[in-house]
Amino acid sequence: MGMTITEKILAAHSGNDHVKPGDLLQADVDMALANDITAPLAIKVFEEIGRDSVFNQDRIALVPDHFVPNKDIPSAHQAKMMRDFANKYAIKNYFEVGQMGVEHVILPEKGLVIPGDLVIGADSHTCTYGALGAFSTGVGSTDLGVIMATGKVWLKVPPTIKVIFEGEFQPWVCGKDLILYLLGVLGVEGANYCALEFTGPAVRKLTMDQRMTMSNMAIECGAKNGIFEADDITLNYVKERSARKPLVVKADPDARYEKEIHIDVSRIQPQVAFPHSPDNVRPVSEGRDVKIDQVFIGSCTNGRLEDLKIAAGLMKGKSVAKGVRVIVLPGSPLIYKEAIREGIIETFIDAGATIGPPSCGPCLGGHLGILAAGERCASTSNRNFIGRMGDPKSEVYLVSPAVAAASAVLGRIGSPDEI
Amino acid sequence: MAIEGKVWKFGDNIDTDVIIPAKFLNVSDKKILAASAFADLRPEFSKGVRNGDILVGGNNFGCGSSREHAPLAIKEAGISVIIAKSFARIFYRNSFNIGLPILESKEAVESIEENDEVSADLVTGEIINKTKGKRFQAKPVPDFMRDVIQAGGLVEYIKKQK
Repeated sequence: MGMTITEKILAAHSGNDHVKPGDLLQADVDMALANDITAPLAIKVFEEIGRDSVFNQDRIALVPDHFVPNKDIPSAHQAKMMRDFANKYAIKNYFEVGQMGVEHVILPEKGLVIPGDLVIGADSHTCTYGALGAFSTGVGSTDLGVIMATGKVWLKVPPTIKVIFEGEFQPWVCGKDLILYLLGVLGVEGANYCALEFTGPAVRKLTMDQRMTMSNMAIECGAKNGIFEADDITLNYVKERSARKPLVVKADPDARYEKEIHIDVSRIQPQVAFPHSPDNVRPVSEGRDVKIDQVFIGSCTNGRLEDLKIAAGLMKGKSVAKGVRVIVLPGSPLIYKEAIREGIIETFIDAGATIGPPSCGPCLGGHLGILAAGERCASTSNRNFIGRMGDPKSEVYLVSPAVAAASAVLGRIGSPDEI
Repeated sequence: MAIEGKVWKFGDNIDTDVIIPAKFLNVSDKKILAASAFADLRPEFSKGVRNGDILVGGNNFGCGSSREHAPLAIKEAGISVIIAKSFARIFYRNSFNIGLPILESKEAVESIEENDEVSADLVTGEIINKTKGKRFQAKPVPDFMRDVIQAGGLVEYIKKQK
């Protein structure tokens, strides 16, 4: 029996010719990742295990992005703990303030993940790298601490759900709308313990930035990973960034899928996930009565150059609506620099937005834009749980960069067609 | 090994942001985390919970962020076992890794109400709702997970492999 992309990568990393859903295996990790919130607990676990060195100092990435630049004294202590650990064990891929950005933006940008890799991160959005044709999934800090010591991880082979996107895109529809729509179809638990394989003519046209948005949110329906087959778009992206040889993994024609979901993209308009769940999805036209206080453009979901370009293109020559605060956080220093060079940052500032340092910022209610009780935010991020971005009585609406920009100008949830 | 305690009941899709909001993640001290468990959703939880109490949830318990601080906070608060209809993948893994027992049983969860007295046998998976006089059987735990628990968590398991 044939194998899916996920099964093939797991087999190749565990010394097996063939694996099937339900198999437990011990896999070799190509890249292990942690951030300033999850690393401190992982470091404690690593020290408890008592090894003298990490499994491979080139294959661990530590990115301070959640509460950095340090938001308070306890955060400063946690960031220091990670920095000291990186120095002590000569971790090559530690990104200090100035080099750091959102972890899942930084790793692909630096060429640290390529097709065929197996990446494990102590962050649930580690599934982002499925966009590169890699198997990647999130774990907790204990798993990560053990991986830093051994380079190995125990995994159960997940059944794969194949999602086939077909048809032509409506105006302003992008990867974010596709994944939000799929979350609405599957529900927040619809792919629990499963792999998602994104395929079909509609997504083969998508840029890497948009594919990363889609893979990033696979976790929001409980999926272990969300993977694309690597193609020319992937290989062109990777060859400028990594000297390693990519391994393009394709599903066998007789691969077995848990189920197949067909989505006609031409029927999808820009989507909005209403509070308080990423699967509470409705078309943008149903959001017209929702007045907003804040717009956040950024995060591991939508903080990449194309995202900023789309939003700025819509806001050019326009002003942010009175009473609305617009916060833009470029996902990395490189993106920030390129956005300056292309005039994107100037457009945002002229429109009345503020620009913050590359980091996770308000997405998880850390800092740089926390909401008060009763406030509403249109956000390009990935979660709108109760209290996610601040006060438990605040509300988050998940949208694409285009809808975020339109909403910023309108002062309410709205479509780019309205401005 | 049977555990007995009073129940704290929660609904479906209890996410890790609700279990421990990110504003409390600037520390990794277990005791401080425990004092902040369910701070916004059920502020009475951290003060009212007694050692050995049992937490009962619906579908998809622990969804969202991978923060291990969530099961750590629940365990340190004194919860002896979580019984839910289903668990989100990363939370399930994290709970075993840190030695917080969890059991899956749809039927038990539907029978159990807030403040019921419940006992759970972690080896056999038998759950008894003493208040209502009903017995249930939890889904069996995978062998590998049982090995990890018997070793005393993932760290001890790895140490033994050395």
